[in-house]
Amino acid sequence: MYAHHDSNIRKTWFLMAVFFVVVIAIGWGFSYFYADPSILYVFVAVSIFMNVLSYWQSDKIVLSMYKAQPVTHESNPALWNIVENLAITAGLPMPKLYIIPESQPNAFATGRNKDHAAVAVTQGLLGILDKNELEGVIAHELSHIGNLDTLVSTVVVVLVGFVTLISDFFLRSRGLGMRSNNDRGGNIQGIFFIVGIVLAILSPIIAVLIQLAISRKREFLADASGALLTRYPAGLASALEKISQYGTMPMQRASNATAHLFIANPFGSTSKKLKGLFMTHPPTEKRVAALREMGK
Amino acid sequence: MYILLIIIVAVVVWLVWAYNNFIRKVNRSKEALADIDVQLKRRYDLIPNLINTVKGYAAHESGTLEKVVQARASAMQATAPAEKAEAEKTLASSLKSVFAISEAYPDLKANQNFLALQAELSDTENKIQAARRFYNANVRDLNTAVGSFPGNFIAKQFKFTQMDLFDLEANDVARQNVEVKF
Repeated sequence: MYAHHDSNIRKTWFLMAVFFVVVIAIGWGFSYFYADPSILYVFVAVSIFMNVLSYWQSDKIVLSMYKAQPVTHESNPALWNIVENLAITAGLPMPKLYIIPESQPNAFATGRNKDHAAVAVTQGLLGILDKNELEGVIAHELSHIGNLDTLVSTVVVVLVGFVTLISDFFLRSRGLGMRSNNDRGGNIQGIFFIVGIVLAILSPIIAVLIQLAISRKREFLADASGALLTRYPAGLASALEKISQYGTMPMQRASNATAHLFIANPFGSTSKKLKGLFMTHPPTEKRVAALREMGK
Repeated sequence: MYILLIIIVAVVVWLVWAYNNFIRKVNRSKEALADIDVQLKRRYDLIPNLINTVKGYAAHESGTLEKVVQARASAMQATAPAEKAEAEKTLASSLKSVFAISEAYPDLKANQNFLALQAELSDTENKIQAARRFYNANVRDLNTAVGSFPGNFIAKQFKFTQMDLFDLEANDVARQNVEVKF
């Protein structure tokens, strides 16, 4: 119940440190190239700012990205009671509760610790699941909160999102450079050089960051401890089956930076694109099989 | 010489770790017990309202109501988990009989206040079960640590003892929701 805190806190520190070093290294490269140390200061400031932002604010950023609406006891007492009772069983304070106006059935948990946790479910999920299945899904999400998986996976959203943004920016600035910097021919070559390095560094790093944060074992673990909370693994098993059956369409706001947060792949269960390196979830059949095995 | 030193240091480190581990587990269990009390208190607070509401409609069922009042009082006095669990079992079954007699009074069954209390009590019952399971999970952890080798020597030395499970399961009445089917 309390086992995975430390390793997740270590992972978060590690992620933040790597991010810090990478951004500053890029800044150093730039300031070296332009012989202007102020660029480095800007990068240091940005890097610190993004780390602070990712720790304190990323849960709110994720929730607003998906236009999540807060739920109160009055507005949805049935859902509220399910979450409240399971939170008591797990020994967690009641998390904030949100509904995402999307028709794809899905759910995620976020927050930097158990006192600042939030659980969000889509409208589509509430539509297709019965009470036992919904309890299974909520218990899975609460296990992520209890294990502190939410800290790593939410911090990663902002950091990875930012790295993606920088790499986009460099790609564009190369384009601009070719058009406007004809009088400074030397610069173009330099920019090409930096872009080459940046892209070479960034793409594997993004992959590694995501991989680190979302080790797929985590999902099996949350399935198992979720089943321990409800004492009814079949509920989550049939919920997962329903989700993969109904959830073949991608969510409107699905994105690479947030895919790993969800209980099921937000790009849709039939999507082939994410197979391989970027596959953030173990195949549903395997999870269902593991849960059914537990129920025997 | 060095080997001896290393062994002594290792043993001391292990002792400190094991001691702190026991402290942590005991504290968690106590905390979880307090969580159950929060829910039980909620039920104690709801019961006087229920009694008053039922009295207005079913005055001559005072015998049943009296039992609830007594069960509540003795449950509130109990302190040890096992004793408390026993008292709560009695309280839950006496509540059940109140909801059973309400069947005979259509006016009572239609009373909004009564229905709200009924829903509230059934929800509290679920929450008691939830808190109880969290407590039992923690106590089971503690008891395993206290009972298993080699921690049991330390437990004995520093007087860490096994704690009682909060068990409502022997009596099946308490496991059912205090909910009446119409």
